[in-house]
Amino acid sequence: MTVSWRRRAFAAVALSMGAVLAIAGCSKEPAGGGGGNQKINLIVDVFGTFGYEDLYRQYMQANPNVTIQERGTGANLGDYTPKLTQYLASGSGAGDVVAIEEGTLVQFKAQADKFEDLKKYGADADANNFLPWKWEQGTTPDGKILGLGTDVGGMAMCYRSDLFAAAGLPTAREDVSKLWPTWDAYIAAGKTFKTKVKDAGFIDAGTNTFNLILMQMAGNGGGYTYYDKSNNLVIDTNPVVKQAWDKTMEVIGAGLSANLQSWTDGWTAGFKNAKFATIACPAWMTGVIKGNAGDGAAGKWDIAAAPGGGGNWGGSFLAVPSQGKNKAEAAKLARFLTSPQGQIAAFKSKGNLPSSPQALADDAVKNAVNDYFTNAPTGTIYGAGATALKPVYLGPKNQDVRDQVENAIRSVEQGNKTPDAAWTQAVADAKKVAS
Amino acid sequence: MSLHLDAGRRAGPASPPPPDATARTLAQRRWSSRRGRFDHKVSPYIYVAPFFVLFGVFGLYPLIYTAWVSLRNWDYIGGDKGFVGLKNYTELLKDDWFTGAVFNTVGMFIVATVPQLLLALMLAYALNRQMRARTLFRMGILVPNITSVVAVGIIFAQLFSRDWGLINWVLGLVGVDPIDWRASQWASWTAISTMVDWRWTGYNSLIFLAAMQAIPKDLYESAAIDGASTWRQFWKITVPMLRPTIIFAVIISTIGGLQLFTEPLVFIGGNGAILGGSERQAQTVTMYLVETAFRRFDFGYGAAIAWLLFLLILIISIFNVWLVRRLAAYGSNKAGV
Repeated sequence: MTVSWRRRAFAAVALSMGAVLAIAGCSKEPAGGGGGNQKINLIVDVFGTFGYEDLYRQYMQANPNVTIQERGTGANLGDYTPKLTQYLASGSGAGDVVAIEEGTLVQFKAQADKFEDLKKYGADADANNFLPWKWEQGTTPDGKILGLGTDVGGMAMCYRSDLFAAAGLPTAREDVSKLWPTWDAYIAAGKTFKTKVKDAGFIDAGTNTFNLILMQMAGNGGGYTYYDKSNNLVIDTNPVVKQAWDKTMEVIGAGLSANLQSWTDGWTAGFKNAKFATIACPAWMTGVIKGNAGDGAAGKWDIAAAPGGGGNWGGSFLAVPSQGKNKAEAAKLARFLTSPQGQIAAFKSKGNLPSSPQALADDAVKNAVNDYFTNAPTGTIYGAGATALKPVYLGPKNQDVRDQVENAIRSVEQGNKTPDAAWTQAVADAKKVAS
Repeated sequence: MSLHLDAGRRAGPASPPPPDATARTLAQRRWSSRRGRFDHKVSPYIYVAPFFVLFGVFGLYPLIYTAWVSLRNWDYIGGDKGFVGLKNYTELLKDDWFTGAVFNTVGMFIVATVPQLLLALMLAYALNRQMRARTLFRMGILVPNITSVVAVGIIFAQLFSRDWGLINWVLGLVGVDPIDWRASQWASWTAISTMVDWRWTGYNSLIFLAAMQAIPKDLYESAAIDGASTWRQFWKITVPMLRPTIIFAVIISTIGGLQLFTEPLVFIGGNGAILGGSERQAQTVTMYLVETAFRRFDFGYGAAIAWLLFLLILIISIFNVWLVRRLAAYGSNKAGV
């Protein structure tokens, strides 16, 4: 034997030890303080498009010891939220700064102990930088500052002027806004459209239209949707939910939907192939349209007022999970990104409507035009209603309930169910996931 | 541990100068024979230990932990609300989303696996014959299997697209109206099964091919002398002789098929993809498991689904083995092999 027993036994032990070590390998690094010139890497977890690239660059220039890495750019919310929930549950993995969408905010507020109170880092000085209701949304009932507002989802209706021209409808945005003061007028315009244009829908999908109508009606009504403000599921007793449902069913019944499930490949391709003429268009949707329709459709899209008045759909917050290593630095970054200047930069980059009155009043926002949307004055279109926005309260399992309702709407679009049967199903399913 | 002790012993006397070389040699020899026995007895266990350590950590422990969780009412937001016995299981059996998911999973498994194994058998039979560029073909059928499942999913989701899909375009050529492949149960099952078959038919063919090559040639020769046709030879010699291999392929396909997840998820797409379509028409058990445990964070209920899925696979596998044994025995009896 040229190989000694010792070596072989050592090899065997080393092998098994190696395996065990590999398993235990994900041990914690020594905790580093947030001090002075130490190199700090901050991770920002987002979904969709927040438009922070320039701001990161600016921040890193001002703070040479900080590097910033953004994760999740372009991810859809349905994938993002469970991941964040898991990171919080397991106590590791979350970014130093995380984005929270308003629809899931209540769920995270219920776990306020997993987030830093940003008051500790001086964020209470920022209160006046935000619309009062946005600031309130980010604060827990016991006064903890959990999230700083990024944007609000002021509403409008985006439309393709080339398809409108083909259908003999007006194309100038003022005329289009006048065309549909109400949802009934909108449906009538859609019917006219469909008599002329056969190979495109008037809307992309019933679900987007439904969400717009629901948020609008809720804002004008009781200020809540599936859940009341005491977190009781009221999907079957809150009249605005059924009203929004019925209006959506009218839209679908008139054959206006292109039936493209949102956030799928077919939907994305629908933008490129001009498969629908209008889409419910909160401010953040303009960035999505530009990304999906591509340069080829520049100047073909425009923005008009939403039927039935304004409203709010979507908008997010930045929070700092307590599990992070550099919480003070993270809070500083979150405050910088949500500052009026930060919000103006994000608006310029991706069209996300600021939640800061100073930013909304700023000339850079007020006078902004979006050249992709035929030079539409996005600043005035969205900004005008933003200060008067009525917030809508969204309950703890809002996203799960919404998934069930959207599925029921799709079921009608696909011809699997009648509107009545689908409504019964939606209510039953919502109760099931909310229980 | 014994290694450590020994290392200590060796290190001790090494530092002072050796008093007597012969004594040391003798002591060493005694030691080495003891070491030899130790080596002989213990080494094999140490060599296999990494697998069992890994299995224990990543296999057995989660399995037992899941069973424990499944007996509790535990959701993420509310926390662990304590022991509830078999409540999660009894609720599951009444849950029409769960029974629907089981129906979808078993349905897609049958729609996918039966043609897949038959096709694999035929392909293997063809590849087992003399032909040009045989190795090229044999390797070629494995290519779909080594492509990423998500890539396959994305491509097939586009092929089966309602408005721009290749499949609907071809159907349109023969006058069939566009099919919304995601809308109905049979359409989504067909599309997803096609994806599964695309990936796994080649793999199963190669396994069958390997087994076919082990069948003695003289069986075929004597059958040919007796005047048996190729078709008859295939059913009466090849299939019965492949029985163990077919059982293997069926079990592997069962385990894989009942855990179907990525294909339907990518195929449905969008925000609510995990629900498996507007009517949950393509939601498999694993998708429902992920939905409850990792979307709605009902850990206890999700754990119960995991255990029922395990039992389901076990039952179907046993049934399959029984079925294949019966069929193959029937074949071989009739062939008189």
